[in-house]
Amino acid sequence: MVSTMVNLAVHSRSVHGIPFVIEGRACMLNRYPLWKYLLILVVLVAGLIYALPNLFPEDPAVQISSAQTGETLDESEIERIEDALNDADIDIKAIEQTNQQWLIRLTNSDDQLRAQEIASDLVDDDATVALNLAEATPGWLKAFSASPMTLGLDLRGGVHFLLEVDMEAALTQRLEVNGSAMRELLRDEGIRYRNTEVEERSLSIDFAGEEDRDEARSLISREFPEFEYSSEEEGRAARLVMTLTDESVNEIQDYAINQNLTTLRNRVNELGVAEPMVQRQGPDRIVVELPGVQDTVEAKRVVGATANLEFRLEARSDAPDSETEEFSFRNDESRSAELMRDVIVTGDSVSDASRNFDENGRPQVNIDLDGTGGTLMNRATRSNIGRNMAVLFIEHKTEERTVIEDGEEVTEREPYVERGLISLATIQSALGNSFRITGLDSPTEAEELALLLRSGSLAAPIYFVQERTIGPSLGADNIERGLLSVQVGLLLVALFMLIRYKVFGIFANIALALNLALLTAAMSLLGATLTLPGIAGIVLTLGMAVDANVLIFERIREELRNGMSIQQAIYSGYERAFTSIVDANITTLLVAIILFSIGTGPVKGFAVTLSIGILTSLFTALLVTRAMVNLAYGGKPVKKLWI
Amino acid sequence: MKPLTQRQIDFMGRRKLAFIVAAVLLIVSIGAIFFQQLNLGLDFTGGTLIEVRYAEAPSLDSVRQLLQDNDFEDVAVQTFGTSSEVLIRLRQAFDPDIGNQIVNLLEDDGASVELVRAEFVGAQVGDQLRDQSGMGLLVALGVVMLYVAFRFQYKFAIGALLALMHDVIIVVGFFAVFQLDFDLTVLAAILAVIGYSLNDTIVVYDRMREEIRMSRIDDMPQIFNDAINATLSRTLATSGTTLLVLVALLLLGGDMIQNFAIALLVGIVVGTFSSIYISGALLLPLKLSREDLIPTKKDPDEEEEELP
Repeated sequence: MVSTMVNLAVHSRSVHGIPFVIEGRACMLNRYPLWKYLLILVVLVAGLIYALPNLFPEDPAVQISSAQTGETLDESEIERIEDALNDADIDIKAIEQTNQQWLIRLTNSDDQLRAQEIASDLVDDDATVALNLAEATPGWLKAFSASPMTLGLDLRGGVHFLLEVDMEAALTQRLEVNGSAMRELLRDEGIRYRNTEVEERSLSIDFAGEEDRDEARSLISREFPEFEYSSEEEGRAARLVMTLTDESVNEIQDYAINQNLTTLRNRVNELGVAEPMVQRQGPDRIVVELPGVQDTVEAKRVVGATANLEFRLEARSDAPDSETEEFSFRNDESRSAELMRDVIVTGDSVSDASRNFDENGRPQVNIDLDGTGGTLMNRATRSNIGRNMAVLFIEHKTEERTVIEDGEEVTEREPYVERGLISLATIQSALGNSFRITGLDSPTEAEELALLLRSGSLAAPIYFVQERTIGPSLGADNIERGLLSVQVGLLLVALFMLIRYKVFGIFANIALALNLALLTAAMSLLGATLTLPGIAGIVLTLGMAVDANVLIFERIREELRNGMSIQQAIYSGYERAFTSIVDANITTLLVAIILFSIGTGPVKGFAVTLSIGILTSLFTALLVTRAMVNLAYGGKPVKKLWI
Repeated sequence: MKPLTQRQIDFMGRRKLAFIVAAVLLIVSIGAIFFQQLNLGLDFTGGTLIEVRYAEAPSLDSVRQLLQDNDFEDVAVQTFGTSSEVLIRLRQAFDPDIGNQIVNLLEDDGASVELVRAEFVGAQVGDQLRDQSGMGLLVALGVVMLYVAFRFQYKFAIGALLALMHDVIIVVGFFAVFQLDFDLTVLAAILAVIGYSLNDTIVVYDRMREEIRMSRIDDMPQIFNDAINATLSRTLATSGTTLLVLVALLLLGGDMIQNFAIALLVGIVVGTFSSIYISGALLLPLKLSREDLIPTKKDPDEEEEELP
């Protein structure tokens, strides 16, 4: 970009400098070679194709399927539903049958919920009536894998998940980590201990004698101020009981929920344009709302993965049983390994992970730990070079059972935990903040592991408590007014350009329309979600996008006033406005790119729209209007320029 | 428009007055931000969530209207699962009684309503988002300064940065003074203001650079005036189109878009002002000279460009 810019600048100067050359070349000015026209045409056609599906918005629909696979509901039954819907004044757009299920397309989404109720009353109990958004993209467009943008939570609603953070597990997890650290502390100081036990809010360690215990107590209490300490006698053993203070319990719970909020936000914000909502609700719950998707199964997969990781050492053969646990491999149940109970670090400490290859081309995973994680890892591996370290994969799942209680159906949830090894690799040197895991079977395995490590850092397990569809948060009236206002805004801009720049205003307006199409196409391809403020933002971008054309047209007028010939004025108007336009847009683009890479959530979404807007408006304002001007005036004897 | 383009307005002559106006606006804004504070919206503060079950599907618009009439702020009313269950979000600090209050209010309207639950909801914008976005903004400003310093000169970079800060502070200050709802859409508007103002500043700078290189006089205020006058019709046209859109959004757009439009309206007026007086005129006290822009070894083409 920079190099062409310099070339053009030098070119324009020499044109200025030697007047008679200008006359000689005048007929050659303002013409594009054919390939340039073709290139512009191709981009525009592609843009139109990918923007088109947005003209066919998804229909709100009710999907009726029989519970038994392979069976389809009777036509007569559908007719009954159709009659009932007609009686209820619900507009039906179409009824179609696909893959053993019926799809009733409706004309407006307000009716969708009512239609679902009516339909579920009429069908058998074993048939499911689900809400759906049925794509209305025509087949030939689907062939290009073009699809429309999703409408946001404010315009159309979406799915609502209520997740519960398992606070008990958060506490136990913290206690276990603390327990490991304490045992290590005791080993370092040469104090002998027997058993450690984790209870709801307390941790206890048994010692052989009171002396050991008291020494341990003063040692541990210095490092762990969040506990209340008490000494107990248990038979012949001396026991140290450490109970978390109320304050630290609150702290841990707050930390757990905030950490989970952050993780969930990161997950649903991966792309930055999906406009989801993640909110804390009540003391231990998190609401996740995703726009558009009314298919809850798919959405759950996005939010769902409740995985975590633990790094542990493999047990030596002489390790006492009380300190070891046996786990089998996830991909091969028959293989298993004895691991130490002590956890070095958990997935919470992984700040980044990526797949890589070592010098021999074998797959590896590079892992970055945060500060505390790095210290812990270094301390544990320094003295254990040559031993194996295991990565343990932990998944919290819930089993749902429906039981009848007092005549009502109640869903009971039984949480259970699945643990399996994903890798067992040799420690080759003391590890610090970043290290790698080798000995993986395949690049795919490495990729998966990196992905799990990146996404698997939930501070505490979460469970789905509730899932519902949710209607638009804005009233129909509000949406209508919003849409009307952007249309009026757009119309005003077009009128303004037309009045001020006449024929050139027409060019600018065509470019503006194409810009809108390109922007829509790019956002649809990215899977962006359209919210009302988002639409306002797009229209605003268009309002600003005329800036480049304004700069050029003003410059052309100026050159004409300075007595330049018409072809010359057009030529130098474009060339001289070029640096201004490029400089101004590159600076704004820089801001957008940085906001995208650092910002999260809505800031990220805004940055995406802004960057795409800048690129498309540069393309349409510089190349497309130029092509139109060249076609209209280039190389022709023009007497007067309507500008 | 011809008279305007040919009239030479002495912008720089009135720079003292402009500096005073800018200083007063900044002081008022900063004062308001500190003492009156922003009226943060549901996105930032969190509030209360209430789920109710109607015996019969209600009209959401009338529920919304009823709540607004009773002075509840930032009300979102959505159907939840079925059309007779309704989820209400309010920016009202949670108190254990609020659920019943709302239910009573809704029942006064003649409907039969049952409270399913009432709970507090946290902010949609967490601390992490806030910190990260703040950090992102600082890095972005830093990189922009480097780019401007590289493409122009470091004095220009200082001017551009001060102009941006000026614009953002005044827009935020405006929201503090008039206690308007500051939510995520307003935040997006402020980011847009940054983009707009930067764009404007660079266009003016570009013309200044050109004029400085081309003119033979050393009278900087005069050169700046020429540059600003030359870009004036463009500045007004672009601001004009953008303002047209915004006025349409403001007057017709309804509540959701209103604050977004206000933030941008203020931002664009202030941004246009600042690209002339802050980023431009500030180069005078910074003692910008022609030597700052012309490399020691002169480009021979440059001479030719000075010819009329």
